[in-house]
Amino acid sequence: MSFFSKSNDSGIVLTSRIRFARNIDGMPFPQVLSDSASKKVIDDVYSALLNSSFSEAKNLKLINLKDMDRLNMMAMVERHVISRDIIENFQRAAIILDNDEKISIMLNEEDHIRLQVMYKGLMLKEAFEDANKIDDAIEENITYAFDAKFGYLTSCPTNVGTGMRASVMLHLPALTFTKNINNILNTVSQVGMTIRGLYGEGSNALGNIYQVSNQVALGFSEEEIINSLIAVINKIVDQEEKAREIMAQKRSIALEDDVYRSLGLLKFARSLDTNECLPLISQVRLGDEMGIIKEVDIKKLNELITLIQPATLQLLDKRELEPKDRDVVRARMVREYLK
Amino acid sequence: MLCQKCNQREANVHITKIINGVKTELHLCDECARESNEANISIPITFGMPMSFQNILEGFMEMMGGIPHQLIEEISCPMCHMTFENFKQTGRFGCGNCYSAFNDNILPLMKRIHGNIQHTGKVPKRSGGILKVKRDIEKLKNELKMAVANEEYEKAARLRDEIKHLEERLNNKQDKE
Repeated sequence: MSFFSKSNDSGIVLTSRIRFARNIDGMPFPQVLSDSASKKVIDDVYSALLNSSFSEAKNLKLINLKDMDRLNMMAMVERHVISRDIIENFQRAAIILDNDEKISIMLNEEDHIRLQVMYKGLMLKEAFEDANKIDDAIEENITYAFDAKFGYLTSCPTNVGTGMRASVMLHLPALTFTKNINNILNTVSQVGMTIRGLYGEGSNALGNIYQVSNQVALGFSEEEIINSLIAVINKIVDQEEKAREIMAQKRSIALEDDVYRSLGLLKFARSLDTNECLPLISQVRLGDEMGIIKEVDIKKLNELITLIQPATLQLLDKRELEPKDRDVVRARMVREYLK
Repeated sequence: MLCQKCNQREANVHITKIINGVKTELHLCDECARESNEANISIPITFGMPMSFQNILEGFMEMMGGIPHQLIEEISCPMCHMTFENFKQTGRFGCGNCYSAFNDNILPLMKRIHGNIQHTGKVPKRSGGILKVKRDIEKLKNELKMAVANEEYEKAARLRDEIKHLEERLNNKQDKE
């Protein structure tokens, strides 16, 4: 299992994702679909891909979620490969994955097809091109539910139109620290975008990690949506950099102290829960990017964000753990990782 | 085991209470359990998504729908049989056809969510193609009506042939799938 793809790691922008929601014409949506029809959706989409002109299709594998244990499913949620919602329908759902989990196609989640392409760094256009190619490939053999007026028809009216959600994950410690983040939140929502925490809807921005994505899917072309999202992201990144500059100019011992204390805790604590751990990682990451400390590899910090998550942690430890024991294992793993 | 209250139906709700170390057991049927105060650990009710999107949706619909309430309740999708009422509660369509079945009633909602009601993005080659032919046929049929009304029979004949040709193409296209 590979946890991370190899493309470029960026500082403020963590990942870029493009997701297309698609449904098969003439077939009820997954939540009202029978078992046999659900199976047909899975078989049809997978064989549509295999028999398409998409050259990398042979590297894709199909996994029925019912063949997977819960821990592995949860770990996939933590890696942003599948959504939490699909687990609720796990008996009838499946995913199609490539080796490095850059491409993931959820079948029978809320829609028949949820195609996702994920890249490290600000790579929305590249992700879109890939998603578009795979979308065309599926369509060679499957007729999508589409309406000239409403566009791609989806189960939820918020996705109709392009069916596309473009989202970027950002690490914004300086904007959070200088209390400028609320301004950003307000502005972003005024331009048809939305901003959420690390694990999407309803999750809080633990560890100063935010997801910015388009809210509106109907009435704009995919390119327009992506371009305006990139414009918004660039502005936010600018602001974050400015806030960091100001923090650096002040050269406050308080900041340096915070960074080193955080590193100290990560290196020596004997029990760490996720809620404590993420802000510490964020602080050290900030210190690293601002040149306050040099001894920690930023890649390792990025990896830690996922590795310390409950299910991933238990998978790495090869056993199920009670929350208390998890905290001990987490602390041990972080210590070893930062040695 | 029979219900301890009505002594008629099968007991399928079993309540064990331990108060100050004294254990009491009660076996009731569904019906008596529901009436009984002992079992206010009632049957779990699912509210769907934790987000109140549905509630907001229902609010919008009621604010904007100019249609009398009982009429809205009667609207349903001929393909998947989802009722409009059901859509209002769940916030999810049953199938792609629901969009055209509920068309007039969801337009205000779409405008609310997206600010737009006309898709301008990607068009699938396949269903987009069929769609275009369908729309062309509609257009020609209207022209045909006009031509007949204006007694332009030559034009009408030409239009009729064109429609026939397009309908054949549409059938071929659909058969291929």
